[in-house]
Amino acid sequence: MHESRRPVSFLKHKIARLERPRPSGICAPASLGHDAIDSALGGGLARGHVHEVFAIESADAGSASGFVAALAGRLKGNIVWLREEAAQRHEGVLHGAGLVEAGLDPARLILGVLSDPLSVLQAAGDVVRCPEIGVAVIELWRQPRLLDLTASRRLALAAETSGVTAILLRIAAQPAPSAAQTRWRVAAAASTPLEANAPGHPAWEVELLRQRGRPAGGIWHVEWDRDRTMFRGDGARPAALPGAVVPFSANGPADAGSVVPLRRTG
Amino acid sequence: MREASSRCAVPDDAPFALVEKVRGAMRLAALDPRAHALGLTPGLALADARARIPELAVFDADPQADLRWLERIADRGDRFTPMVALDPPDGLTFDITGCTHLFGGERQLVRDVEQHMRPWVSHMRHACADTALGAQALARFQTVPAPSEAEALRRLPIAALRLESETEIALRRAGLKTIGDLAARPVAPLAARFGAEAVDTLAAILGRTDRRITPRRPPPALLFERRFADPVTQTEHALGIIGELAQQAAAALEERRKGGRHFTARLFRTDGRVYDIAIECGLPVRDADLLIRLFRERMSALADPVDPGFGFDMIRLSVPHTEPLGATQLELEGGAIHEEAMAALIDRLSTRLGRGRIRRLVWQDTHIPEQGVLALPAIDVPAPEPWIAPEPGQPPLRPIHLFDPPQPIHVMAEVPDGPPRRFRWRRAQHDIIRFEGPERIAAQWWRQPGKQGLTRDYYRVEDARGRRFWLFRHGLYDREKPDPRWYIHGLFA
Repeated sequence: MHESRRPVSFLKHKIARLERPRPSGICAPASLGHDAIDSALGGGLARGHVHEVFAIESADAGSASGFVAALAGRLKGNIVWLREEAAQRHEGVLHGAGLVEAGLDPARLILGVLSDPLSVLQAAGDVVRCPEIGVAVIELWRQPRLLDLTASRRLALAAETSGVTAILLRIAAQPAPSAAQTRWRVAAAASTPLEANAPGHPAWEVELLRQRGRPAGGIWHVEWDRDRTMFRGDGARPAALPGAVVPFSANGPADAGSVVPLRRTG
Repeated sequence: MREASSRCAVPDDAPFALVEKVRGAMRLAALDPRAHALGLTPGLALADARARIPELAVFDADPQADLRWLERIADRGDRFTPMVALDPPDGLTFDITGCTHLFGGERQLVRDVEQHMRPWVSHMRHACADTALGAQALARFQTVPAPSEAEALRRLPIAALRLESETEIALRRAGLKTIGDLAARPVAPLAARFGAEAVDTLAAILGRTDRRITPRRPPPALLFERRFADPVTQTEHALGIIGELAQQAAAALEERRKGGRHFTARLFRTDGRVYDIAIECGLPVRDADLLIRLFRERMSALADPVDPGFGFDMIRLSVPHTEPLGATQLELEGGAIHEEAMAALIDRLSTRLGRGRIRRLVWQDTHIPEQGVLALPAIDVPAPEPWIAPEPGQPPLRPIHLFDPPQPIHVMAEVPDGPPRRFRWRRAQHDIIRFEGPERIAAQWWRQPGKQGLTRDYYRVEDARGRRFWLFRHGLYDREKPDPRWYIHGLFA
């Protein structure tokens, strides 16, 4: 009996290995800097996975793009941002000066402008397989029929193998079943006014709709602090916070033990 | 050689001609042998030809298609020499200097060419000569054999000079019928009477002056090729051969301390079809593995996939230009490796998706917002300049989505030159609760005085739902325009 069970367990192991390729990248989750969100995510946004960000209304396109740009700016590595040509034409081009102000250096960015959703998804498949990049942003408008469970599963597998964090930015779309690790809904929120009632720093209402393996739920009002490249809570000034709660380094406490303690500048 | 003849349905036994419109009349442009035998000549009016041969089948001449066909045949000739020139409308000139020994002599080379071209060309004449013009003239006009090349040239009619018709008629009227007649005469009186062109062409045909052909493609800096006795019938195998050639190219480049940015693989199919696969890199490279990967990407992304058919009998890899590339030096912390990996990724994506599709944003020194950022092909911007970091503590002053062109909106303001209170965009009403501005951006007054455009007053606004927009009033109220219009120029995060 013992002899016959061993091959079975061996095969089980083998199949398990086939099903879940070992992630090759660094897998420490990337903290967002916002305590409540980080604890809901179990430390931060998992690298080497697919994350979906939804803007339900097309008027929130700017907000959602800004949220993704801020997120990508906070994660390490080069960024490839894939868009559709039609979206570029009707909904505005991605503006370099605005990206800098959102905390994403365009020198780190490679922009792919493709003709239709099919080529966006094909290119995404290629991009997510490249371990040289850190973040792949795949921007899709409305509900392309091609983006089904199979397509998102394929992306998720490629991301796990290469360690690339893939962010699917879905604008004017309704959430549908997918293989994403987390799913977010982002909408614009009123900012904390500056002097003379001027519009303040970028602010969003962020809802965690779903995440794999952990309870979902939670709506937060977050603001983006570009100078420290981190998200912060509702209208909280940095000075008003007790020092130990929020990580002041750009990489957060989760990265404290990571390989390279120094960041490249410029 | 006419493409038209293959695609038109003609009764087999009917004489056949192509016609074109010359000065308002339809005239014959080309004839098949049967029509020739019936006594028709090119240049005859179609009405006359029809009167003589009522069953003549006629089609429109298409010189463009003829030229394309000639180009395709020239592609097939590329396997014999890199120096191939078109001689429109129906000739090709090969510069075979230094090539003949590869084919076992001139005679064997000619036989090879004839064998290769036979399926594509209905009627073929050839001639070899010391000068390009001499060979062209002999191929077209030689009718009787001659003991030597010089003698053969002398016996050619004046028409072989291919001069303008007035000069040709003048020569004939002067009793000069052959090239030999001309060659025997002193040059100066000929030039005075018939023009310098006639004398120049004569000198070029006889080899007194050096006039060379202009090849279709400049010869590449480096060229590697492999021929096969048994054709390669699998694309995968062909890719392997390209890989070996790439390794040879990499070694040769390394020796010269050079790199290439363009590489072209040509696959010559046994039936004469030629496939060109070109790749391009952002930085000069000589890494064989990278080249193989790019060729693989390009092959799989081709809109018209490579069909091996009965196989390829020759594969050639050429590097059109080389650029200096020193030995690789690694920076501390692996900086150079990182940049190389990035450049390699860009090359791969550009090869796969098209060079214009993969872009980098480049900063421009101008204050006009829509001109401040250029999206250039990433392959042309190997090392992007870092952007200037914004001032700390400031909210974003520029939008993340920019509309180009700006979209018109309806705005309500308390006073015509005051801030907006409410606006309508895409059939939705937005009540403004916060604003900052105006940020006045003047037109470029130093360009085209009087037509430089209007001043824009920009406002950063936030509506009741928390969405932030970038609006501007086009023109200063009352000073530049009595009723300035409003536009939305961007969306903030």
